[in-house]
Amino acid sequence: MLSTSLLLAIVLAPLLGAVLAGLLGRQIGRAGAHGVTILGVGIACVLSFYVFYQLVWGGAPDYDQNIYTWFQVAGIGAHVGFLIDRLSAMMMVVVSFVSLMVHIYTIGYMADDDGYQRFFSYIALFTFFMLMLVMSNNFLQLFFGWEGVGLVSYLLIGFWFKKPSASFAGMKAFIVNRVGDLGFVLGIAAALHFLGSLDYGTAFAHAPSLVGRSIQIIPGHPWSAATVICILLFIGAMGKSAQVPLHVWLPDSMEGPTPISALIHAATMVTAGVFMVARMSPLFELSTTALSVVLVIGATGAFFLGLIGITQWDIKRVVAYSTLSQLGYMMAALGASAYAAGMFHLMTHAFFKALLFLGAGSVIMAMHHEQDMRYMGGLRRYMPVTYLTMWVGSLALCGIPPFAGFYSKDAIIEAVGASHVWGASYAYWCVLLGVFVTATYTFRMMYLTFHGKERFHVDAHAGHGHDDAHGEAHGERGVLAHAPHESPWVVTLPLVLLAIPSLLIGIFTVWPLLYGNFFGSAIVVAPAHDVLAEMAAHFHGVLALTLHAVFTAPFWIAVAGIVVTSYVYLLNPAMADAVKRVLGPVYRVVDNKFYFDEVYNALFARGSVALGQALWKGADVGAIDGVMVNGSASLVDRVARRARTLQSGFLYHYAFAMIVGLILLLAGFLLVPHA
Amino acid sequence: MSWNDVLTMLPELYLTGAICVLLLFDAFAGTRYRSAMHWLSMLALLVTALLVVSAQRAIPATAFSGMYVDDTLAQILKLFSILSVALVFVFSEPYLRMRKMAVGEFHTLTLFALLGIMLLVSAGNLVMIYLGLELLTLSSYALVALDRDSPRATEAAMKYFVLGALASGLLLYGMSMLYGATGTLSLPGIAATLPVTPHQSLAVFGLVFVIAGIAFKFGAAPFHMWLPDVYEGSPSAVTLFVASAPKLAAVGMALRLLDVGLHPLLPYWQDMLAVLAVASLVIGSLVAIVQSNLKRMLAYSTIGHMGFLFLGLSAGTSFGNAAAVFYAIAYVLMSTAAFGVILALARAGFEADRIDDLRGLNQRSPWFAGLMALAMFSLGGVPPLFGFWAKLLVLQSAIGAHMLWLAIVGAFAAIISLFYYLRVVKVMYFDKPAEDSALLVSSDASLRWVLSLNALALLALGVFQGPLLDWCLRGFGG
Amino acid sequence: MITLAHYIVLGAVLFCIAVAGIFINRKNVIVLLMAIELMLLAVNINFIAFSRFFGDVAGQVFVFFILTVAAAESAIGLAILTLLFRNRRTINVAEFDDLRG
Repeated sequence: MLSTSLLLAIVLAPLLGAVLAGLLGRQIGRAGAHGVTILGVGIACVLSFYVFYQLVWGGAPDYDQNIYTWFQVAGIGAHVGFLIDRLSAMMMVVVSFVSLMVHIYTIGYMADDDGYQRFFSYIALFTFFMLMLVMSNNFLQLFFGWEGVGLVSYLLIGFWFKKPSASFAGMKAFIVNRVGDLGFVLGIAAALHFLGSLDYGTAFAHAPSLVGRSIQIIPGHPWSAATVICILLFIGAMGKSAQVPLHVWLPDSMEGPTPISALIHAATMVTAGVFMVARMSPLFELSTTALSVVLVIGATGAFFLGLIGITQWDIKRVVAYSTLSQLGYMMAALGASAYAAGMFHLMTHAFFKALLFLGAGSVIMAMHHEQDMRYMGGLRRYMPVTYLTMWVGSLALCGIPPFAGFYSKDAIIEAVGASHVWGASYAYWCVLLGVFVTATYTFRMMYLTFHGKERFHVDAHAGHGHDDAHGEAHGERGVLAHAPHESPWVVTLPLVLLAIPSLLIGIFTVWPLLYGNFFGSAIVVAPAHDVLAEMAAHFHGVLALTLHAVFTAPFWIAVAGIVVTSYVYLLNPAMADAVKRVLGPVYRVVDNKFYFDEVYNALFARGSVALGQALWKGADVGAIDGVMVNGSASLVDRVARRARTLQSGFLYHYAFAMIVGLILLLAGFLLVPHA
Repeated sequence: MSWNDVLTMLPELYLTGAICVLLLFDAFAGTRYRSAMHWLSMLALLVTALLVVSAQRAIPATAFSGMYVDDTLAQILKLFSILSVALVFVFSEPYLRMRKMAVGEFHTLTLFALLGIMLLVSAGNLVMIYLGLELLTLSSYALVALDRDSPRATEAAMKYFVLGALASGLLLYGMSMLYGATGTLSLPGIAATLPVTPHQSLAVFGLVFVIAGIAFKFGAAPFHMWLPDVYEGSPSAVTLFVASAPKLAAVGMALRLLDVGLHPLLPYWQDMLAVLAVASLVIGSLVAIVQSNLKRMLAYSTIGHMGFLFLGLSAGTSFGNAAAVFYAIAYVLMSTAAFGVILALARAGFEADRIDDLRGLNQRSPWFAGLMALAMFSLGGVPPLFGFWAKLLVLQSAIGAHMLWLAIVGAFAAIISLFYYLRVVKVMYFDKPAEDSALLVSSDASLRWVLSLNALALLALGVFQGPLLDWCLRGFGG
Repeated sequence: MITLAHYIVLGAVLFCIAVAGIFINRKNVIVLLMAIELMLLAVNINFIAFSRFFGDVAGQVFVFFILTVAAAESAIGLAILTLLFRNRRTINVAEFDDLRG
């Protein structure tokens, strides 16, 4: 049995750590701050493993209870409660483990920063919100955690708020996420309206009643209620999990400190959308349309956003675009109803992507906060641990057997191939070609960073890079005050600890997770969509699967990507520019990230300012003067001219607008026949 | 008239008496007793509030043959109106003292306006609606012109007066048509007659005029144009009042007229309100973006908020009505907090009403910058603040009334509106303060404390919104 | 024979003249006050005609209230007018455009 106090301890320990480090930061000092937060998150981590053990091997039943009733109004209850089944237990383990690693790593990474205590307080607080999110048993608490992680994420992106680009990136993340959140809120409201409850248990039990019910968005055009609810919820997931076209905030969020990129923008928060969709599987299974949308959007991101990664020079941005692409893979799996495969990839990805980010951070530290790969190269001699562990992460990312990523990504590709929903064949090509792209940008990053010639030189007299590390003026680019060296043990230890699951976890978990009905009743799949069951028929054990890989298309596509990249970047560096020239226009489009930012700026930011400007002049002055009075159609013109000689002055305009409004209302409701 | 009628109306009767005493006091005591005037007004408010609460056991009750109605809705609106007027008095006291404005007139006129609000939200008859409304608006015209030597304030008062008179003319014309269609002035009587009257098209004709009058009172587009000018032109203390309690009165008036009196015409006014809501959301959200005057920006944001409020009203359900009342309360508390900060920063010769005036407020006074940020986030609907729940409820009621398209428009407007609220936050936290302007927060202790409580209430009511929502729902038999 | 319809049409015509007076007039704030007064009178004609038609005295009572309020309204209007003239030395409607945007 899982006890309530145990679960409370899991969420409250990080919160307590955050509060202590945040409020008493000055009193307890640096060591005290990282001590209490690591202790808090450590407790959460150990207890999460215990919960996971109890559920999977200890035979404990699922836990679903309300702990505190917030309010109860008109039959709607808002509760604080936990739903602990294998789905949430797995997320708890991933979240608390990665968070613990990042906490340890941060001791080394932020060692010189003034906001040390504040930083630890934020990441512990983040852990609290994330755990609340995954352990929730109702929509409202899910939303609470959802907004909480968002809030901490903006705080952390803008952590170096003296750096203008960082505070801008924080604002951008905030605004883009609001778009998603509004979809999410509307989705929750619609779910509440149709299902009558905010609690998962009750709501999902009523889910079958959605079949055949419809909703009128535009009067006269009924849409299936399930589709509307699911798509609205998915819009929320698109914002948080950075799916096309709401992905634009994630690359910019790399302005934040690297541990944040690893924890929030790779391993945990951005996967909240994936988790949410998996959690809502009883609803999504009712709407093939919604599944199609999820599949197509996910697969599009998997391929096209990966492409952008190939053109980036900033090491963190390469990993960021890789994250976008992998999130696309997870979503595509969910769209194909292979929820287990999506969750499996979420887990393996959390380990190897956190590893890659932390590795990138280690490199950045060694390079005195230089992030441009054009000034790196040949670093393998200086930092062997970082080098080796990053290779483990890279191979896992590319899906080379027997690394963890192979099993999860292979399952996704196969599941998408087996899916029958609309758009599945397009999605299949996207995820398949995505493998080539993944291999290309990963190996390009590794070669540029660790192999080849050193593109920096050491000059003992150059200004010391560390002091002005945070975005202020660097000295001359590519000049270091002293040779790069391996990072301290607090940095390399998490790398090693993350490399182990990146290598091994796939082998041990592929069978139970994908085919062993691991998630039980936590995930519902309609028999018509059950692609994993189809795949299980061909499954003959882990060893056979691994060996069989050499006969499958994804493996050879990955190898092709590796060979091409190796040739271009390792053996014949001049090739890279030649390729760039040949692919000129295509390269420019990709290098400009498909112009998403430009379009958004033109459409929304500038558009609404312009429209506002027009209305500002227009509503009170222009619309009447400009459109109605100076209107050029001859009849209007004649009438308007006479009107202009008779009247002027703003009070008139105001009164006139009122009368026009009145007449329009009269015309609309008296002349036009009304229902 | 019976003794019972008098008892039912006791809060209003008491307030009338108290205002008369205050008028005499102001006339005879002279300027030396300014602060006494302030405290006596507060005392009058307190007693009125207690009288409203003490009547609770007997509701719903009517008096003077149905002219006056006392029910949960009226009590909620009255209590929050009294509360907001009390906030207005506390926040504006230092401002008026510094500018040597006529304190006595300010207090008595505001209290007369409050009396109008209380009669309006308790109206059971078209005559009472009209009288309550006129008492409120006539006092407001005079308040806007309170700063006698300011050309801008006088201009604002003139515009407000003419347009307001036009609007009440429209409302009256609509009322005369309703009277012609039904032969009665009593609101429940109208509701009972409408389904059987042969002159329903006459009633719909009148309804359009009534809606225009209501929309003017709210400041919903295209009847909104008085609002930015009045907000900007009036002294900040008066703007604070105009932006608070009258909105509660407008909700009360709309609910009495539409929900009690014209409910049989629901399909008609539902669509009219929806159209006005969309127009207000669009104009309010967009035009606010380009404003540089903070008061004017808040005026356009008000227009947008009234659009949201109309979402709840247009649902026509008891949940929608409760959501609208909840929204009005939320809006009033948010705008008192926002204008309160403006008043706290204003000094002689410095109005603190441009957005740029707030530059670097965080460095001068982190606490008040935080309060302002809280008010801005709440206005923008950021969870878990009060404003978020208000938006959520009206959107939910629109969805419940099968007007999903309206909810989507509302959601988009909410996103756009967030932009200009964030701009204020950005200016306070990321811009450097101007060298010459030392942003000083008023040293008035009661203003500082009450303003802090007001802003923190936005957080507290966001976290514990249950009881208030419950109360609003009870106002509609929920 | 003068019927109810005649009164209602008269009321409507007066009302339209008043509304037109508000937004067509650009010279003078006093004309605005007159237009407002006219609008209220149009409404009064409606009320009295309906009241007589229904044989219900309530409409006529309402008219008394409207007349009273109209007097108060004019008083405030004239007060604002005086202020305007004192501050700006003009009562030309077209010149009051300081507040806009």
